[in-house]
Amino acid sequence: MTGYFLRRALGALAVVLVLSAVVYATFYIAPGDPARLACGPRCNPEQIRQVREQLSLNDPVYVQYWHFLQGIVSGHDYSTGTGVLHCQAPCFGLSYQNDQQVTDLIVQRLPATASLATGAMVVWLLLGTGTGLLSALRRGGLTERVLTWLTLAGTATPVFISGLGLLMLFCAYLEWLPFPTYVPLGDDPEQWAWNMLLPWLALGLLESAKYARLTRSSMLETLAEDHIRTFRAYGATERSLIARHALRGAVAPVVALTAADFGSMFGNAMLTEMMFGLPGIGQLLVNATRTIDLPVVVAVVMVTGTAVVIANIVADLLYAAADRRVVLR
Amino acid sequence: MTTVTDTPLVVVDDLSVRFPTGTGDGVVRAVSGLSFTLAPGGALAVVGESGSGKSTAAYALLGLHRGTGAEVTGTVRVAGQDVQAADDAALRKLRGGTAAMVFQDPLSSLDPYQAIGDQIAEVHRLHHPGAGRRASRARAVEVLDRVGIPDAARRARSRPHEFSGGMRQRALIAMALACDPRLLVADEPTTALDVTVQAQILGLLRELREETGMGLILVTHDLGVAASSVDELLVMKDGRAVEHGPAREILARPREDYTRELLAAVPRVNVRRETVRTPKGDDSVLLEATGLRREFGRGRKTVTAVDDVSLTIRAGETVGIVGESGSGKTTLGRMLVRLLEPTGGELRYEGREIGGLKDRELRSFRSELQMVFQDPVSSLNPRRSIGESIADPLRAAGRLDDAAIVARVRELLERVGLDPDAYHRYPHEFSGGQRQRVGIARALAPEPKLIVCDEPVSALDVTTQAQVVRLLGELQRELGLAVVFIAHDLAVVRQVSDRLVVMRGGRIVEEGPADTVYERPRHAYTQGLLAAVPRLEPAEATA
Repeated sequence: MTGYFLRRALGALAVVLVLSAVVYATFYIAPGDPARLACGPRCNPEQIRQVREQLSLNDPVYVQYWHFLQGIVSGHDYSTGTGVLHCQAPCFGLSYQNDQQVTDLIVQRLPATASLATGAMVVWLLLGTGTGLLSALRRGGLTERVLTWLTLAGTATPVFISGLGLLMLFCAYLEWLPFPTYVPLGDDPEQWAWNMLLPWLALGLLESAKYARLTRSSMLETLAEDHIRTFRAYGATERSLIARHALRGAVAPVVALTAADFGSMFGNAMLTEMMFGLPGIGQLLVNATRTIDLPVVVAVVMVTGTAVVIANIVADLLYAAADRRVVLR
Repeated sequence: MTTVTDTPLVVVDDLSVRFPTGTGDGVVRAVSGLSFTLAPGGALAVVGESGSGKSTAAYALLGLHRGTGAEVTGTVRVAGQDVQAADDAALRKLRGGTAAMVFQDPLSSLDPYQAIGDQIAEVHRLHHPGAGRRASRARAVEVLDRVGIPDAARRARSRPHEFSGGMRQRALIAMALACDPRLLVADEPTTALDVTVQAQILGLLRELREETGMGLILVTHDLGVAASSVDELLVMKDGRAVEHGPAREILARPREDYTRELLAAVPRVNVRRETVRTPKGDDSVLLEATGLRREFGRGRKTVTAVDDVSLTIRAGETVGIVGESGSGKTTLGRMLVRLLEPTGGELRYEGREIGGLKDRELRSFRSELQMVFQDPVSSLNPRRSIGESIADPLRAAGRLDDAAIVARVRELLERVGLDPDAYHRYPHEFSGGQRQRVGIARALAPEPKLIVCDEPVSALDVTTQAQVVRLLGELQRELGLAVVFIAHDLAVVRQVSDRLVVMRGGRIVEEGPADTVYERPRHAYTQGLLAAVPRLEPAEATA
């Protein structure tokens, strides 16, 4: 088991490193001058040259990349002209735009994204899995048909359309909810929940049809297995067949996919974040990409990449825990 | 046995089961007009080939067709209960309480997520709602102990995958015993098991019957298994009863042609093979293995599958390799054709060492060493026509142009007894036996000198089995092929082999001319294996 973790951790590290290297390289191939953008529109060539010097943009790419990696491991000192700014490890450098420490930027933005991903997961699990179970076990009922239609519609609609629709319906027309502004969970849990409700719904709906399909097919597959037949032949009621024997097997792949999807939400929820103005990681990434703010972009990609890799490991562990026949090695 | 006062345990009268096919209004008649009775404590075997409707009939005894869309007509009574008319609650009471079913595949028939003891306890509680958890658990341990699971109290906590195949089958039988049923319906209970384990399970069923006085309905395709376990036989074909009567009588004097065919097809372990190989003078050594080894895994988890095996295969001879599951026979077979690299020892093909060759260097030998696999379903690509599958090795060899390849494939199809025009048809359109013929044609395509057949007939019915074995024999004589025939069924191996190799735990325990080994086995293990083979004794007397 220790060997398993060690190998998975090394693999994860390799993935994240390759990811960061690719992003670094892409930025140097892509057009645009970060120094000009960092300096602002009214800079003269001399000022731009100074900024370029200050940001170490004149060093060869691999040297810059190496310094960047060094910063992550052991921190970095930056001269601010008047003094020295110490950036503690893990240091992802300073933003080209406003000299803020990238690590701080990300830490500030994580709670909003984590809130969004967690709530959306609850929505897709309740709505998607519920619909899937219903359509496997009680196909053709009105509730089942409405829910199936709803999940399909939710998935088929881009989030900036469905989000807009939700905002107009609940905030503008019905006035049941305020237009969402992000309130940190620590400040006021109730306001946090009310304000997050629409983003959760929008993102959760987007994922729910996939879960409905997976749950339905997984449930039907499990119900067709031989051991279900065994207990049916021993007089078990259909209800107990499902509750005692089918549910666990049917849910295992759903749990594993949920863990993996939860991880990918850190990078994939950016549209929802933009739509509802949530100060999350995705929003940070979009803004940083627009201004060629390399340290921020690389750091965000590394963080989201790490989230995905960790989520996948967790997914495997959960799957193995659900199905004891699976041996991790 | 049946007296006037005895009400029969099972009455089946004019039973028909039809499955709507889904397309249009077509139906498949799986069982038509079946009638039989079983006295309390009696034992009946329902025998037939796959598709004969024997399992479908057995399922009807427990009302298992209810809710599946199958149309069931006729009467089925079990212990006086009309299965067709019973309401759901009464049917649930019958299932497991009065009549219990033992299923074929013990691994998939148990819940993989739950401890075996818990599963048996659940069945007990279903029929004894008043019994506490503790009492049901105790009952589970009791029945597990009864069916011969050692250290039952501890093993009751194991999950199915932690049991061996034989133990799982015992556990399924224990589950059936949990509520003292009056009837046991066993659907191919030994098909997946080795001969020695099969003999143990059949012995256990016999003992239980004597001890508890329960009735037994045994569904099997194996006449040998039926002959040694029951008093009465019911032979089915295409959903109908062909012949029904005392087992002894049917086996000794079958009245119907179909029964005779079936009996004739059963390979006999104690009968010499009809055609013995005539040495063609070319007795040169084709393949020679010396001290061959193969380990799997690393470190403490290393498993030695084949351990120091030395074996010589001469041109044109058939070497049978028998052994139980886990004996290393398949690993050895795969090494002989170099699908698997040996981890030790030497392997010489026509005098040249090929054991350590890389894939690229092996390419020139590939066409001369071919393999026929066990499962003709999964070893053919379902998305390619069978003609293309057979042509693959020819294209890989790259010696023939397209037209020549098609001509050769058609010739091969004809040679293995298939229609040459079947070139463009797909595997699912063929029966199991036909698919195995395709597998053989594919192995023959590159004109090999040796083919290794790994359990080539174990997935087939006896009559199909006999045809495929005959085909292999003909091809071998005609083409002068050397054949390595790997199987767990000793009777089948006897019908094809010149020489026999008996394997156990990765080693060869006995080797010699086939007839010598079968008639005068020297090693205790071989003797045990041979003793475990079920025989058609009554038939043998008059055959």
